[in-house]
Amino acid sequence: MSYRRTKRDRVLVVDDDASLAEMLTIVLEGEGLTASVCRSGDRVMAAFNDFKPDVVLLDLMLPGLDGMSVCRQIRATSAVPIIMLTAKSDTPDVVAGLEAGADDYITKPFKNTELVARVRARLRRSDQLVEPLEFGDIVLDPAGHTVSRKGEPLELTPLEFDLLACLLGDPSQVFTRETLLQKVWGYHHPGDTKLVNVHMTRLRSKIEDDAENPQVIRTVRGVGYQAILPGS
Amino acid sequence: MPSVARLWRRSIQTRVVTSTIVLSTLVVALTGWALLRDVASGLADSRRAAAVSEARSGFDYAQTQLDATVETEPTTQSQALTQMVDSLTRSRGALRTYELVLEGPLLTDDGEVPIRSSAAIEPDSLPSDLSDAVRAGPGTFWRYSDLALLGSSTSDPSVVVGSQLRAPGSGDTYALFYLFSLKDQQETLDLVRRALLLGGLAMILMVGGVAWLVSRQVLDPVRLARRIAERYASGNLEQRMHVSGEDDIARLSTSFNQMAASLQSQIRRLENLSRLQQRFVSDVSHELRTPLTTVQMASEVLYDSRERFDPQTARSAELLKRELDRFESLLSDLLDLSRFDAGAARLELDTIDFAQVAREAADDPVLARAGIQVRLLGVDQPAIVEADMRRIDRIVRNLLANAAKYSGSSIVEVEVAQNADSASLSVRDFGIGLSGDENLRVFDRFWRADPARTQGGTGLGLAISREDAALHGGTLQAWGRPGAGSEFILTIPKPAGSAKNPPLVSVYA
Repeated sequence: MSYRRTKRDRVLVVDDDASLAEMLTIVLEGEGLTASVCRSGDRVMAAFNDFKPDVVLLDLMLPGLDGMSVCRQIRATSAVPIIMLTAKSDTPDVVAGLEAGADDYITKPFKNTELVARVRARLRRSDQLVEPLEFGDIVLDPAGHTVSRKGEPLELTPLEFDLLACLLGDPSQVFTRETLLQKVWGYHHPGDTKLVNVHMTRLRSKIEDDAENPQVIRTVRGVGYQAILPGS
Repeated sequence: MPSVARLWRRSIQTRVVTSTIVLSTLVVALTGWALLRDVASGLADSRRAAAVSEARSGFDYAQTQLDATVETEPTTQSQALTQMVDSLTRSRGALRTYELVLEGPLLTDDGEVPIRSSAAIEPDSLPSDLSDAVRAGPGTFWRYSDLALLGSSTSDPSVVVGSQLRAPGSGDTYALFYLFSLKDQQETLDLVRRALLLGGLAMILMVGGVAWLVSRQVLDPVRLARRIAERYASGNLEQRMHVSGEDDIARLSTSFNQMAASLQSQIRRLENLSRLQQRFVSDVSHELRTPLTTVQMASEVLYDSRERFDPQTARSAELLKRELDRFESLLSDLLDLSRFDAGAARLELDTIDFAQVAREAADDPVLARAGIQVRLLGVDQPAIVEADMRRIDRIVRNLLANAAKYSGSSIVEVEVAQNADSASLSVRDFGIGLSGDENLRVFDRFWRADPARTQGGTGLGLAISREDAALHGGTLQAWGRPGAGSEFILTIPKPAGSAKNPPLVSVYA
């Protein structure tokens, strides 16, 4: 794993709680990151365009515009990694956030080390691929982090790129959700399969002709996912 | 036959109809028998009276004939007697309804008595006691008998009337018998019997049908009520019974509907309460978590830089961090418990393998660091159940942590077993064990074996574990013996199975 440390990575903290926002800033700055705070949902886009963050920490409960809507707004214009802060570990909220476009989530209260690890994991560029990879009519270019299908470029977030690269990189292997969590999200979180499920659904909607009947990545029931070799 | 017995046991209608038919058969048979007896005796009596009077006029005629006969020469006397029988036989119209038998002259000493009769009559047709009575003296006598002709196999019921005649000339006595056939009366009686039998059968069938209809009328609403009650029992409280009229059935329907409505409102009230509590828990959770996060992050920052503090401040930072961690687990446990209490806990089911769970939990480096050696048993083949991975993992880790922390045993045994119904996982230690009712009290909230030993736990772990097991329809049970050790067995039912027959039984049970 390699970090691009040519400049300080920038984290936009979106949280209405002043103390928590300040504390987050202190911890992130202590880790050598640059942090900026936005305290209201309806000012996020302005702050986002202004600050141009490399990663967004987003509280789901916000005054003004709620976290889900903010998430969708950012996703509409940018593929920047988004990590949700949530006080609820209840599945429906988390799944809704992930479906709105968040890459990962972290449940309050959390340890500083856990927070930093998640942020770092999203800032890290995957080194799964070194050479460009051709897989059927899909071409992955690790240098530019771009994917095209039948010559048409696909809009994938970095996380979706990593997920696809991981699966296509070794079509002989069936990846369990646990393995994918470790390789793509960069941490071990037992039983948190919804993270994988939601992102796999979104990835399929972008690369498959028919997401209900996938031709690129198949689901191995009860085990995980596997790339389907072209022509098989 | 078993199905008939089952029908009898289960169907009120069958019982009502059957007993109605049995009872009405008895009544009809009894009345029929009495009726038939009356009709028979009435018919026989009237025929007998007519027969006796007809016979009497015959006797009178014969006596006059005998009185006129003065002949004593045997051959001519015999001819005269035969003529008399013939004329008696002929005298009454074309249709003769009787046969005649003339015996005599009767001798005082034993010897062949000449018999003249209108037809070849079986000798048995004359009852012997009647013959005796007639021979013994004057008078008219009668008996019922069976009239049979020689060479015929059938016999008809008959009434026999007899009388003694005396020929004044010769002084001989004769016995004259009239045999009246009761064939007509018998036929009438047969007709009546057949009519009674058919009528009785028809009546029994009709009564049975009526019983069936009436019982259906009463039972149909009861059956409807039963079906609706079954639906209520399965949780569908929307159904109502149709109410019409003001009879008992209508009142039953009304109270049924009232019961359902009151159940429904009670359930709604409880659901509301539970929703309120859940909302409150969720709000508290959110409100507490944000400041707790801030405080915890701050304490970690302080803790990480404790080398730069003076010893007292450094120690304070350590205590602050440690107790905040404890506070956090306590809060999280309490919220979990309140979710159970509010019925808001939900399972996220997955196919999981107990053997895999046991292997992974035993691999926890925390156990190795605490110097605990974990022995695995029965993990060589998978024991698959449908369960919530997060909760099962939490239970097993909690049991292992307890064994490591409180038992004082350095060896912990984890065993996995399964049968058709369920899979079990046991965690056994060889430490201080459990005494008395401690195997039940360990699951109490905030219960500790030794109040002096807090060890930083929340005292809620086992209570939560047991709720987790119960949420799966499973069980978590504890056994132990003081000084020998304790054993916790988690049993989770397989799909369509139950946890009633766990594949593992504790050695301390």
